[in-house]
Amino acid sequence: MQTVKMVVTGPFSAGKTQFIQAVSEIEVVATERKVSSKVERVVKESTTVAMDFGRITVDEDLVLYLFGTPGQKRFDFMWEILSEGMLGFIVLVDSTRPETFREARSILETFRAYAPTPYVVAANKQDLTDAWELDDMRHALRLSGKTKILPCIATDKKQVKAVLLELLYSILEEMESNK
Amino acid sequence: MALRGNLRDFTVTQLLNLINLARKTGTLIVDGPSEQAQVSFREGKLAYARIGQEDNGLAAILHKANKLNANQYRAISERAGKMTDKELGLLLINAGYVTQEDILLNLQIYFADVMRRLFPWVEGLFRFENEILPPDDRINVKLDLENLIIEGSRQLREWEQLQDEIPSLDLALKFTDHPMTHVNLSVEEWRVVKYIDPKNTMKQIASAAKLNDMEIRRIIYGLIQAGLVEMMRPTTAPLQLNPKMFPTQDKQEQRTLINKLIGRIQRL
Repeated sequence: MQTVKMVVTGPFSAGKTQFIQAVSEIEVVATERKVSSKVERVVKESTTVAMDFGRITVDEDLVLYLFGTPGQKRFDFMWEILSEGMLGFIVLVDSTRPETFREARSILETFRAYAPTPYVVAANKQDLTDAWELDDMRHALRLSGKTKILPCIATDKKQVKAVLLELLYSILEEMESNK
Repeated sequence: MALRGNLRDFTVTQLLNLINLARKTGTLIVDGPSEQAQVSFREGKLAYARIGQEDNGLAAILHKANKLNANQYRAISERAGKMTDKELGLLLINAGYVTQEDILLNLQIYFADVMRRLFPWVEGLFRFENEILPPDDRINVKLDLENLIIEGSRQLREWEQLQDEIPSLDLALKFTDHPMTHVNLSVEEWRVVKYIDPKNTMKQIASAAKLNDMEIRRIIYGLIQAGLVEMMRPTTAPLQLNPKMFPTQDKQEQRTLINKLIGRIQRL
């Protein structure tokens, strides 16, 4: 059996667990704990402290694992471990919470430094009225013109699939350019 | 029990706070990234400080503070010989070159500046030696630590913010496609700008420009905010797909694997 993995990262409460849940064929193994900080508790009650774990079986010989990183900075020691050997990564950002964009930038740069693998940015909650537009997010996140930023609703399987596919296309493009 | 450890776990500001609260007497020795600092305290007050091999004699400090001109400084350096700072201070006061207040004030300014240069040190071993007292031949001051602690805390917050913005110095920089044309750069910024090249990591630029982690981050953050540069992977380390990514090393099999994944996700 061959296994490959992708990592879904992003700030606290960006929607990483939901993103994985949308496409995983197994119930996502989420290691959640009650949020300790009052400020963070306003946003949501529990958070991922180790990782989320989802699976997509391709055939009897190949399985794709999806790992979600904990969003809170105090668990960033897990990030390097999770990034080891990944095919690529997705940075999920809540389009309605600009206060998390700086952290998203930081996470993105950290992962870029860990592993020179392809990545895409997914702008979650694009269905909400107060969601930032993609072009504005591109500037706020300081993404170059080459970096793919994609609209996303983490609970919508079709949109999550589109994000995963774009990452896979990016990997193929890299493989072609490294020929 | 010896007070010793690593600055990663206990910052310079936290150490000052502890020394202040415990009214400690002794010398804090910090082995930083490239040099050693020695800071002495008496009953929780800063008495003396030295960083690296820098000349921190009274004549040098007064010369830097423009209290002694170049000729006076040269003459003292040649003739003072083995005279201690205390003896030299008395001589200068009696000769009417400086007052006692001038000497104490400029020593305080210099020692506080040494402390400020220590705040950005985030790596290095430290130890507090109760037995090592401020040197007898040097003029000691009695500087309260409270203001330095507040200043250090501010710098620490800035350091945390800069680390958030630029978490790794392993990336390179390049000029943006449409940089602003009328940007006034400081000397330090020019020192960094001249090394900007997609081949050079920020770490290499810092080393070439002799800047510490905080200084390089502060300058680069300013350049990014001004829309002048952006971070990128160094071109000397092109995007190499990590062999560990794939369960097979055969390129054709790797492509087949990715196509299989694409097909499977499309069918979900």
